[in-house]
Amino acid sequence: MKKYIVKRLFHTMISIIVLSFLVFMLLRLMPIEGYFTREEYESTTPAQRELILIENGIKGKPLRGYLNYMKGAIVFDFGRSNKIYPDVPISTLIIEKAPYSGLLGLASMIISVILGCLMGLGMARGKNKFPDTIGTAYIVTVRAVPRLVYLFFIQVWITGLFMLPLLFYTDRPESWIMPIVSLSLGSIAWYATWLRRFLIDEENKDYIKLARAKGLDEKYIYRNHIFRNAVVPLVHYLPAQLLLTISGSLIIESLYSIPGLGGLLLTAINEMENGLVLALVLIFSTLSVVGIFIGDILMAYVDPRIKLSEEGV
Amino acid sequence: MQEREFKADLFDVVEFIHDESKYVAYEKYSYWRSTFRTFFKSKFNIFLITAVTVLVLMAFLYPVFYSSDPYSANTDFYQWNQAPGDGHLFGTDSLGRDIFARTWYGTRTSLLLAFIIAFCDVTIGVFAGAIWGYVKKVDRPMTELYNIVMNVPQTVYLIILSYILRPGFWTIVIAKASRGWLSIGKFIRNKVLVIRDSEYNIASTCLGTPLRRVVIKNIIPFLVSIIIMETALSIPYVIGSEVFLGFIGLGMPTTSVSLGVLVNEGKNSFQNYPYQLIYPTSIVAFITVSFYIIGNRFADSSDPKNHI
Repeated sequence: MKKYIVKRLFHTMISIIVLSFLVFMLLRLMPIEGYFTREEYESTTPAQRELILIENGIKGKPLRGYLNYMKGAIVFDFGRSNKIYPDVPISTLIIEKAPYSGLLGLASMIISVILGCLMGLGMARGKNKFPDTIGTAYIVTVRAVPRLVYLFFIQVWITGLFMLPLLFYTDRPESWIMPIVSLSLGSIAWYATWLRRFLIDEENKDYIKLARAKGLDEKYIYRNHIFRNAVVPLVHYLPAQLLLTISGSLIIESLYSIPGLGGLLLTAINEMENGLVLALVLIFSTLSVVGIFIGDILMAYVDPRIKLSEEGV
Repeated sequence: MQEREFKADLFDVVEFIHDESKYVAYEKYSYWRSTFRTFFKSKFNIFLITAVTVLVLMAFLYPVFYSSDPYSANTDFYQWNQAPGDGHLFGTDSLGRDIFARTWYGTRTSLLLAFIIAFCDVTIGVFAGAIWGYVKKVDRPMTELYNIVMNVPQTVYLIILSYILRPGFWTIVIAKASRGWLSIGKFIRNKVLVIRDSEYNIASTCLGTPLRRVVIKNIIPFLVSIIIMETALSIPYVIGSEVFLGFIGLGMPTTSVSLGVLVNEGKNSFQNYPYQLIYPTSIVAFITVSFYIIGNRFADSSDPKNHI
């Protein structure tokens, strides 16, 4: 088990290094205007600009620039923002905005796990019957219709229907409801689809048939055998989802003007502020990689088969 | 044991009856015929296929039926933001451009985008996946590549590529296809591993079936149905990503017409002229939902377990 964790940790580190290197190098190709404010750009000579860029690791030796940047990144120092929030350290911005995204994401995750699992259960129990049809219709709609379209209709129509505010206000709790609900719609469908699939797979296995043949109580079988085993694969994705809530949803944060990290990324893109884009992309990717790592470790704890096969190797 | 003699007159020759043979043996079994028979058994599937065909034809042939130019703006104030009605079936937008024409034109652009991306994904994915599955040496590096790329959340990946390259049609193709082939490749690799070592293939080889026949009869049908399904399913995703990229300002340029551009334009004028969003998006939604359902239904009917 220890060997497995060390091995996976090593892989995770390599992924993060490769990723950050690629993103850093690619962003060096961007036009340099993205590193200056308008006044700065106009008041400096090309030689001065060159010096500033070299100092920030954007021009000059690529490897040294990358190493310097990563040295800063490890202690959570990504330099300063220049266009959107002049001279504010990027790390301060992130710390300020992450809680909004994180809170919204956490609330929506709790809701979607509960509702999604209930829906998946209902669909699997009533397979090929009415609940299944309704559930499938919901899943197909959510998955196939572009998200922006239905999220926008929800914002415009449903908020009006329940007399909720159209935008997000930090001091008005009722304005949190619609963003959380819209954030949950997609993941509810996701949990329901997979739980239904795993439940039905599990239901057809031989040991369940044996349990039925033995005459065990149907409810007991469902609760203690089928559901338990079907839920395990979902555990794999929970940590990644939890960590990614910090990065927020680009569409929803922008529609409801929530001051979160997803919205910040969109502003940074529109203003072409390269330093901020780089920092945010690095953080989002790292969160995702770390989430997958924790998921793998968690799976190894929950599912004994993984441990056995790793020890056998 | 008492020996029994079998006389010829104890037996008669039974005529071959097609319908009954289904229940007894698979003598006349044809994979493709059974797939299509199962697929077209459902009236709903027939309806969907017809509707999608009509819509796709309409998107590519609309100039034959309808003469309005999707680009022609109008300087006449009264032609702006006209409600749906005579002359303009879906009304006009804030520059007096005909929304009906724009919808079909945009659908064509987006479908073209989706088809190109699906084609790239599937061709590269199938070849790479087949090699990935068969050649043991490439397995490790390919799996590492897959893990590294898939670790990046899809939206972040799309954003960073469209940010670095200049936003446009081919940027979206590159951004989507450079990631999409990997997931299809991984899927095909897993399938190839399973099929290659499956008992029925080993049995066929032992019985002296030539490799060519194993490939044509056992492996190709398996992969072709997967390919068709993946192609159908990737269309809604591509259209969705295009709309999303348009929303964050990294999609197609606003001078061109695509569904992403249409949705974002309609969204901005929704408060005053809701029809400018509702008509185009209902067609988008219908197309994406139909392709999604057709892909899934076809996958079901291509599974031999559902053929009897």
